[in-house]
Amino acid sequence: MARKYREIGKAGWGYTAITSVVGFIYFFPVFWIILTAFKTRTDALAVPPKLFFTPTLENFQSVFFRASITTGTSQATDMGLYFFNSIFIAFTSVGLALIVGTLAAYAFSRYPLKGNDTYLFIILTTRMMPPIVVIIPIFLMFRLSGLAGSYWGIILLYTAFNIPFSVWLVKSFFDELNPEIEDAARMDGATERRVFFNFCIPQILAGLSATFVFGLILTWNEFLFALLLTGVETRTVPVAMARTLGGEVGVDYGLLAAIVTLFLIPIFFVTFLLQNQLLRGVTFGTVKK
Amino acid sequence: MTIELRNLTKRFGSLTAVDAVDMEVGDGEVLCLLGPSGCGKTTTLRMIAGLEFATEGEVLLGGKRVNDLAPRDRNVAMSFQFYALYPSLSVADNLAYPLHAEKMSKSEIERRVAQVAKTLQLDGILHRTPSQLAEGEKQRVAVGRSIIRDPNCFLFDEPLSRLDVQLREEMRGEIKEVLQDLSRPTVIVTHDQLEALTMADRIAVMRDGRIEQVDTPHNVFARPANLFVAGFIGTPQMNLLPATLKGAQGQVATFAVAGDQEMTIEVDRKIATLAPGAQVTLGIRPRNIELSAEPVADGIASKIDIVEPMGAETLAHLNDGHHDLRLVTDWRVPLTEGDRLHVRFPPGATHVFAEDEQALRSAS
Repeated sequence: MARKYREIGKAGWGYTAITSVVGFIYFFPVFWIILTAFKTRTDALAVPPKLFFTPTLENFQSVFFRASITTGTSQATDMGLYFFNSIFIAFTSVGLALIVGTLAAYAFSRYPLKGNDTYLFIILTTRMMPPIVVIIPIFLMFRLSGLAGSYWGIILLYTAFNIPFSVWLVKSFFDELNPEIEDAARMDGATERRVFFNFCIPQILAGLSATFVFGLILTWNEFLFALLLTGVETRTVPVAMARTLGGEVGVDYGLLAAIVTLFLIPIFFVTFLLQNQLLRGVTFGTVKK
Repeated sequence: MTIELRNLTKRFGSLTAVDAVDMEVGDGEVLCLLGPSGCGKTTTLRMIAGLEFATEGEVLLGGKRVNDLAPRDRNVAMSFQFYALYPSLSVADNLAYPLHAEKMSKSEIERRVAQVAKTLQLDGILHRTPSQLAEGEKQRVAVGRSIIRDPNCFLFDEPLSRLDVQLREEMRGEIKEVLQDLSRPTVIVTHDQLEALTMADRIAVMRDGRIEQVDTPHNVFARPANLFVAGFIGTPQMNLLPATLKGAQGQVATFAVAGDQEMTIEVDRKIATLAPGAQVTLGIRPRNIELSAEPVADGIASKIDIVEPMGAETLAHLNDGHHDLRLVTDWRVPLTEGDRLHVRFPPGATHVFAEDEQALRSAS
């Protein structure tokens, strides 16, 4: 007997169940971290791990206020500043990279140079090696130019690192557009500036959002350059997190988990806000036309 | 207002897309650029619009050279093959966009939009966005957007190619009507000969970047200048028969064709300029061939290969092993596959093309 024919466009419960199991496996680390953030120090270290416990907000409090070991009094930590730094640095540099990248992508797409593909390839080569191999020259450059430890230094670096990605992705969105619309606008009296801002950009907003979120996630979690090139005042959260490890009292997993949980919120929020755009952005060419 | 092209040439690297085109479109005249895809007709149109630079030659609008003017400064309206409606704007805003650039007052813009909407029956859909429109409606909006201002001339790139047959017939009439009211020089690019034959005052047939013939629809059909035009215009295609000239007396000439057959037919009197033995191509439209049961001097014998009923007419393919002829007759004429018969080439119905593919044609 032939297998039962399934209605096209619908998955069965079995597939749904399998998918939810896989989904849960993926989500489990995040889930466990969030759970740990609400545990006391003892609960966090309990063997076997505790799934049921009395939640506490103590860890979140000590992210920002911590008892000093020497004096015993409660002291404000610099974590607030570090969160501000992370947000300021990531959003500024990804935003700058998107602006520069979009302008460059439009030029590469609409006004190709002689040997256009070669230039595009060269832009991408910077992303081909692990960043660690260039860390020494970059560190020296930053030291000598006085950019080390400043906001603009790290922002410039992140911008530079995000531009190749932005150019490539945004160029593919421009390539997908129907150039007739631009020509029509030209015929209807639009200047080149208007063609770009009023007709091209509105058509690729979804793609721009997607590019922004991907760049943001990469930059948000960047550790290596932040560790070496930020100073006390400009330290980002990943670096600050690493600094809570170790010490004479051992690792405070509850505290670490609380920082990570807070650290997840902004990026989670942005992704959630843009998720419709994001889906349309990544599936750009396949669903349009 | 006129459009004039002088020696207009466009090269893309080593490829010559448009090759020394000379052409003039008079005030109120509708000219169709007709040709197979890739023949350079759209490139020619884009050079008139200013969207493409001319490698050589000149574009003149109203006698003024416009080669160095940007599209927006040429005051030319163009409608695109894929309509190119602005996706984020409503139909009303799409129509109004060209007027904003002219710094027109708001009330005047509203008045014009309403007027165009009325002409093209867009009243009910002014608030929709392009993605909510049917193909025919998109087409009408595209036309509306090009006629809303008062440009020097109109350019249409394959205006009907995306519509289904029924809608195409309807829009053909509508566009023709609109164009008559506008009385501006208009260039329509199309690969559909029916579109060209019905809408144009004159047709320019293009091949490989060159204009093969510019003439009225009737003349392009009835007096094709060369083999390409003869074969390109007309459905079913004109029958083209290689032949050798045996001799001519005035307009009456005798030709030998493959299969050891000879026929003596009346053709253009310019045949006298050819020497006996010249290789020619004889062309006759499928609707001009006549049938005969008896052998005839002004025709050849053949055999019916395939019969295709087309409703009011019947298309028959004749093949006797040497030549392939297409013949269209009234549906009432009985035709049976496999039957042997004789075909006549009536006086004056046969075109003769010399070895250089040009038609032998005396000035009429």
